[in-house]
Amino acid sequence: MHAVNTTSAAPALRSRLTWFTFASPANFYRLAGVLAPVCGLAAVAFALAGLWVGFFVAPTDAVQGEVYRIIFIHVPTAWMSMVLYVAMAFWAAMGWFLNARMAFIFARAIAPTGALFTVLGLWTGALWGRPTWGTWWVWDARLTSELILLFLYLGYMALVAAIDDTRRADKAGALLAIVGVVNVPVIYFSVVWWNTLHQGSSLTMGAKQHMASPMLVAMLLLTLACWAYAFAVVFLRARAIVLEREGDTAWARALVADNQGR
Amino acid sequence: MQWHSLSEFLDMGGRGGYVWSAYGSFVVLLLAEPLLARWRHRAARRAIAERAADEQAARAAGERS
Repeated sequence: MHAVNTTSAAPALRSRLTWFTFASPANFYRLAGVLAPVCGLAAVAFALAGLWVGFFVAPTDAVQGEVYRIIFIHVPTAWMSMVLYVAMAFWAAMGWFLNARMAFIFARAIAPTGALFTVLGLWTGALWGRPTWGTWWVWDARLTSELILLFLYLGYMALVAAIDDTRRADKAGALLAIVGVVNVPVIYFSVVWWNTLHQGSSLTMGAKQHMASPMLVAMLLLTLACWAYAFAVVFLRARAIVLEREGDTAWARALVADNQGR
Repeated sequence: MQWHSLSEFLDMGGRGGYVWSAYGSFVVLLLAEPLLARWRHRAARRAIAERAADEQAARAAGERS
């Protein structure tokens, strides 16, 4: 990863710090350039810590033996798939209501990462499900609604790619993202509202935890790792999209001319 | 240490295939994604540089004619 060139001719912060400072693509570009590697390093650190606890501290499960250890990546990836969707819908809505193109850019940057975590959630779940509950897949409420989440992500990406006019594409995508957000509480409450093969909640707010401490710690560390990772990669992609869309501006050209060869 | 050997660790109580496929996919995909994003960023920078160069060439040609 290259270091941020602080002596470049790229514009410094163009305005005072306000709520809308980073609605400017130029300002966001610089901020994201600093934050992405920091978040990336945090992700690696949390992941290594979580994996160490998960494999070398957490004990063998009384019922499931060793295969339960898939939980340490299954739950974080599934959680991220939901959190990222809500974030994507939020930014798409912000873009629409505030007419802010940076918000739309951010929504577009989130989508592929959200889709990836959904795939990982489904896939790790299947790999856990086959030996433990006897099946790769079942059309129960949780798995089905998580699969629908994947279709929503892919649908959003396809929709914004299909419409030539950027503003129209952003708005159409925002509509889809916002309408689809109803699926997230369905996924979350599916194990409560319906009788599912998928087990109930792993964590209960406030009440005494049923899970052994090191297992919980490993899961939370990997959740933090996935969260930091998501920030890093979304910032990275958002920078790319900013340059794609704002390429004809003076600041973008100055930046590229300045960093020629990097 | 609860693992008495590397082979015991890799075996994961007979379910090593499932566990390592899951973790393997996790690592592979989460390494591939930032690389793809990096590539996209570089491609965008290249596109800007090319457009700027094209414009400069066109301007130079215009001045000469």
